Amino acid sequence: MPKKLPEYNAASLADIAFMLLIFFLVTTTMDTDLGISTMLPPPVPEDQENDDKIKERNIFVVLINKNDQLLVEGKLMHIRNLKEEAKEFIENPARDENLPEFKEKEVDFFGLVEVSKQVISLQNDRGTSYGLYVQVQNELAMAYNELRDELSLRKFGKKYDDLDKAHKSAVKKIFPKSISEAEPKNYGGN
Amino acid sequence: MGKFRKDSGKELPAINTSALPDIVFMLLFFFMVSTTMKEVDLKVQVKIPSATEVKKLEKKSLVSYINVGAPKDQFRKLFGTEPRIQLNDQFANVSDIGDYIESERIQRDEKEVPLMTTSLKVDAKTKMGIVSDIKQELRRVSALKINYSTRKGIKEN
Repeated sequence: MPKKLPEYNAASLADIAFMLLIFFLVTTTMDTDLGISTMLPPPVPEDQENDDKIKERNIFVVLINKNDQLLVEGKLMHIRNLKEEAKEFIENPARDENLPEFKEKEVDFFGLVEVSKQVISLQNDRGTSYGLYVQVQNELAMAYNELRDELSLRKFGKKYDDLDKAHKSAVKKIFPKSISEAEPKNYGGN
Repeated sequence: MGKFRKDSGKELPAINTSALPDIVFMLLFFFMVSTTMKEVDLKVQVKIPSATEVKKLEKKSLVSYINVGAPKDQFRKLFGTEPRIQLNDQFANVSDIGDYIESERIQRDEKEVPLMTTSLKVDAKTKMGIVSDIKQELRRVSALKINYSTRKGIKEN
């Protein structure tokens, strides 16, 4: 009878397999897609006439030209000042006559509050760079987010992102994000 | 009783671990198979801008991608250096976007169509002209939920 072969030690095979497993787990980190989400306005029927006029004081006009310069409410501005300007416009803390009007509105948890009729109008040239456009979108989004955060902290003692759904939608009603983008125009050529 | 005698003198028998690698391999294969990414070969150079106010794109299965950027070196001869649109694996024109969105919609459940998002992966140096054209085309086919793909970045100023 031949001698039985000695069993080989398979204990370290598990270690090797674990190493492979961990390697794959680490390297296949799927890049999560991040970005700024917006909704496009629905297509306008051709026969519709645009007659819903918004008062001048309720519009915050941001223009970007083909040289990536910003014209905000008729003034040349650096992008780093855009957020503060937008925040002041949206909130209008001093109830300035040149800044947007308010409308009284019933909002859950808050009762009757004054909600600004603000609209931010963003217009860019065909020659504007996409990078700057995203930066402007980002600054404006930040203005809204900071205002919402401030309100949430005052009212609920929590940041906007940590609120539950009902509270969130109430805060959102007070500071609704209304960025309107004009139909693109070609001022300066590509 | 003799049947239950204690064998206190003997060592505990070693646990047979020869099945452990099999379990681990099973896990390994599971992860290897389940993380097959749907990689699209990018034919355009896309260096997306960075932003701070970013949100995660949820429900990846409902996202269709539009890449815009200058063609990579090996395609320059054919397609030039001006930014181009890439849908799936091919270069495309703005007018092809409608068809692309339509074909993406057919693949999904009817209920999910309103939840579909279009992710724009656009190179930061691209001019807005082409992006505006894409947006107009998306509006025309009522694909209104869009997402400007960005990296999470620190504020530059």
